[in-house]
Amino acid sequence: MAEFTCTTDARGVATITWDVPGKSMNVLSLTGLAELDAHVDACLADPAVKGIVITSGKPDFAGGMDLNVIARMKADAGDDPARGLFEGIMKMHGVLRKIERAGIDPKSLTGGKPIAAALPGTALGIGYELPLACHRIFAAPNPKAKIGLPEIKVGIFPGAGGTTRLSRKLGPLQAAPFLLEGKLLDPKSAVSAQLIDELADDPVAAAAEWVLSNPDIVKPWDRKGWKLPGGAPYTPGGFMTFVGASAMVSGKTAGVYPAAKALLGAVYEGALVPFDTALRIEARAFVSVLMEPSSAAMIRTLFINKEALEKGARRPDVPPSTLTRLGVLGAGMMGAGIAQVAAQAGLDVVLIDATAEAAERGKAGIAKAFDKSVSRGKMTPEKRDAILARITATADYAALAGAELVVEAVFEDPAVKADVTARAEAVLAPDAIFATNTSTLPISDLARASARPERFIGIHFFSPVDKMLLVEIIKGRETGDAAVAMALDFVRRIRKTPIVVEDARFFYANRCIIPYINEGIRMIGEGVAPALIENAARMLGMPVGPLQLVDETSLELGVKIARATRAALGAAYPDDAVDAVIFPMAEAGRLGRKAGAGFYEYTDGKRTGLWEGVSDDWPRAPEQPDVHEVMDRLLYIQVLEALRALEQGVLRDIREGDVAAILGWGFAPWSGGPFSWVDRIGAKAALARCAALAARHGPRFAPPALLAEKAAQSESFYAA
Amino acid sequence: MTQAFIYDAIRSPRAKGRPDGGLHEVTSLAISARILDALADRNGLSGPVIEDVIWGNATQVAEQGGCLARSAVLASGLDERIPGLSINRFCASGLEAVMLASAQVQGGLGEGYIAGGVEMMSRVAMGSDGAAIAVDPMLAMKRHFVPQGISADLIATLYGITREDADALAVESQRRAAQAIAEGRFARSIVPIRDQNGLVICARDEHPRPETTTETLAALRPSFKDMGEQMPGFDKVALLRYPQLERIEHIHHAGNSSGIVDGAAAVLVGSEGFGSARGLKPRARIRAMARVGTEPTVMLTGPVPATERVLAAAGMQIGDIDHFEVNEAFASVVLRFIQAFDVDPARVNPCGGAIALGHPLGATGAMLIGTALDELERTGKETALVTLCVASGMGAAVVLERV
Repeated sequence: MAEFTCTTDARGVATITWDVPGKSMNVLSLTGLAELDAHVDACLADPAVKGIVITSGKPDFAGGMDLNVIARMKADAGDDPARGLFEGIMKMHGVLRKIERAGIDPKSLTGGKPIAAALPGTALGIGYELPLACHRIFAAPNPKAKIGLPEIKVGIFPGAGGTTRLSRKLGPLQAAPFLLEGKLLDPKSAVSAQLIDELADDPVAAAAEWVLSNPDIVKPWDRKGWKLPGGAPYTPGGFMTFVGASAMVSGKTAGVYPAAKALLGAVYEGALVPFDTALRIEARAFVSVLMEPSSAAMIRTLFINKEALEKGARRPDVPPSTLTRLGVLGAGMMGAGIAQVAAQAGLDVVLIDATAEAAERGKAGIAKAFDKSVSRGKMTPEKRDAILARITATADYAALAGAELVVEAVFEDPAVKADVTARAEAVLAPDAIFATNTSTLPISDLARASARPERFIGIHFFSPVDKMLLVEIIKGRETGDAAVAMALDFVRRIRKTPIVVEDARFFYANRCIIPYINEGIRMIGEGVAPALIENAARMLGMPVGPLQLVDETSLELGVKIARATRAALGAAYPDDAVDAVIFPMAEAGRLGRKAGAGFYEYTDGKRTGLWEGVSDDWPRAPEQPDVHEVMDRLLYIQVLEALRALEQGVLRDIREGDVAAILGWGFAPWSGGPFSWVDRIGAKAALARCAALAARHGPRFAPPALLAEKAAQSESFYAA
Repeated sequence: MTQAFIYDAIRSPRAKGRPDGGLHEVTSLAISARILDALADRNGLSGPVIEDVIWGNATQVAEQGGCLARSAVLASGLDERIPGLSINRFCASGLEAVMLASAQVQGGLGEGYIAGGVEMMSRVAMGSDGAAIAVDPMLAMKRHFVPQGISADLIATLYGITREDADALAVESQRRAAQAIAEGRFARSIVPIRDQNGLVICARDEHPRPETTTETLAALRPSFKDMGEQMPGFDKVALLRYPQLERIEHIHHAGNSSGIVDGAAAVLVGSEGFGSARGLKPRARIRAMARVGTEPTVMLTGPVPATERVLAAAGMQIGDIDHFEVNEAFASVVLRFIQAFDVDPARVNPCGGAIALGHPLGATGAMLIGTALDELERTGKETALVTLCVASGMGAAVVLERV
């Protein structure tokens, strides 16, 4: 069955309909591209066709490129993949450019057939680049639809003309949020931003009418004397734009994202030459990004594997769970957050706390957050009321009757947790699942309070719940498949990304982030300049430096974890050097942002700068380390912990290890995650660097056997 | 090796580089021609006696473009058989012109050269010639490009130079310039710029503000704070290159940075034979020359390694130099120089510098040669070192020796 079909009506309007068989969302394949090309050729050649409308047979227009296309182009070119990609991309440019030129006589700029895009819904990536090549874009006023170019978020950039066309259409400055940040808009906002031209309840009919109206179809950049909006690079206006753009991108990306730089380079170089040459420049830059290991790793982790996990890659093969009613125990920040996202996903939620007042306070907090969204126009009052109506706040456990899943988020005290577990189970159906949101207590220990430990599981949310994308599902010793399936189905329902890990101290994410923080603190103890530590973290692409992270999460938590870990490990406790810094800091009340003092100073809750007094207690070393040494310490300490988690069987799947690292704690996203990162530099090189770091800084950098094995066998974690 | 000598050095007044500045009405071509004619007149040059006119200029577009050097020769009274060469080493262009001329004399290519430069900053805006290092994202991001003001503030931050230090230097520059002007120290070298009727358009340096005090400077807002910390945020770029710093201290403002001015200058360079054939007495010998490339983000630290290099080439120590002209592009550049060599501040820019007098980019290097020469002769001292920081991370230095 064809991916594109074409019919021509009596008025002479040819409608090319994109409808990939067997998929809920169109994605562009090489077959599809060839079909589109053939239809366009036929329509342009057919004298009966007066104009062309390109639309979709699905509720949405298209979700983007079939990512296998890139792999195919690379593979087909054998040992010259760059050439294969370049030629493949130029071919795509050829098709889109043919649509744009539409048979117009290039000298007189007359003739040609109008081609309009009619978007019923979402149009992303190539799904928007194709409409951009058309002469006018109509979209249905579908508030759920998203229009834009999200490529940059997975480490590439719009490479099918989107970069060149949008920067010329809007000017580089106006196009920047869409190209450099991947900002998506609903159709109404997309009209104001000039991403699309017109809203129409029936976009196909409107497009057909327009193509018959004898419109002017020559693109501005194909006319003589065209000038780049905002000014070309070497005009007074353009000069400022381009100088500023480089600085902003450098500042935002800390130089670790090659795609942003390549994109900006393509816009600059493209702005200095005619349009067709600009497309060729864009293609060269795009190929350079596709050839970068970082973009392949980002696509794999943030697109392919993330989606696979969300779709249940780790789900046990049991029938789908029924989930309509969720119980949440504890209406504090975490509990309320869980209740909020569940209610937003359409679940009925019973929010329970010790008193009705406490439960109501939790619900009131949710209402307040929604009010803010309403006042910003991001939510309708009706929608707010409907979601809030799904949340029952009460102190009465009897209200849990009928809930298929309960998540407790009460105080981290085994006795308190045991109590709520028993009280909930007393009213729950025998097949209901009970989950704990604990971040520190072993699931198997807590499961002892349950009458049915096979239906007891950990579902660990991160704070703030509504923002954080990752959820860790933790299996206790006796946790059964039904519980895992329910947890995964629940996480899918609330549109977050799950990983399934075994029950071990700090599970996966916290296990890796704590050593990162500690490494930063150790360096304070060694007299490393705090700015060097924080900047090195940023230069790795970490969203937050370790010192700022401690301040945000509060040192109190760090001290508590340190005490508990020390108690658990006894003589094997490895972090004395960390405690030597955090205990006195805590004693001095420098607990972080909430205390108004930490590794940073604060004025009225606003961070004003690093605390200079730190060097009174831990004098600045006269010889400061090279920034790359600091970067390596901060990076390897996380990577090694991820490797150990895999080696010890806490983590079962490297895909989860990579996805969770980026979504859970912001591990250098450009790398594709810790396992992708080891693959990128090679196990041998990583092993050698670990040995050097261990010799200089201690056994915590000693490489696990798993890494030595990979190095010995010259293996990578992912198949090449 | 043939020696290169300096026979004369002249300059125009430095006028405010604004539409109400004293030289704004004069074209880049006219002022260049006027300076060339003045030098030829003073030294009795006629016929094809000059091998080349090497003319420095940092913004070679529009009226300063198209090899202004040759246009200036043709607009002047010089023989049409004398060619012209426009060059650009940004702020050291005028010095580089002298260096190229000297090196060619030393190498035996010709006997006499006119070297100098011009910058009409009120007429051809700084940066209007474009610059890939600033605009091309591939290079700007690779090399962490920031504007010069950010670099100057970065130097201050790296070397612990405070706003108070910088303001004090600026006040002293103004005091010294005022004194030098009052004592007529520049009188020998300044050529009044006249119109086609011989009427004087501008005859004196306009930029100095002798009334400047640390109090008046304290009121000025830092010039580069907003572009550094807000939009577009150059500080973050600089910190990627200097991650040991938490932030950049923005200490520079209009009062402790060089002034934007119009002006031109010319130096007559030649072999011993060039002078003896015309009865000209050499005023100084070029003892050594050097130029360097430096890290481009901090950009303006070139005078230190350039000085080290030129001293090594001259076989001299820093203490052997009697007089320093260190271009006051920004206060921190000079303060870093003084700090690095621990030289007596009294010997550095004793007649004030570009903070008081202004910095006509392409001409300044040649102007500093003239100032150093006049001062050596006035004080009876022997050696001078002229050095400038240069955009994109370069530096240049020359050691002069009286003969």
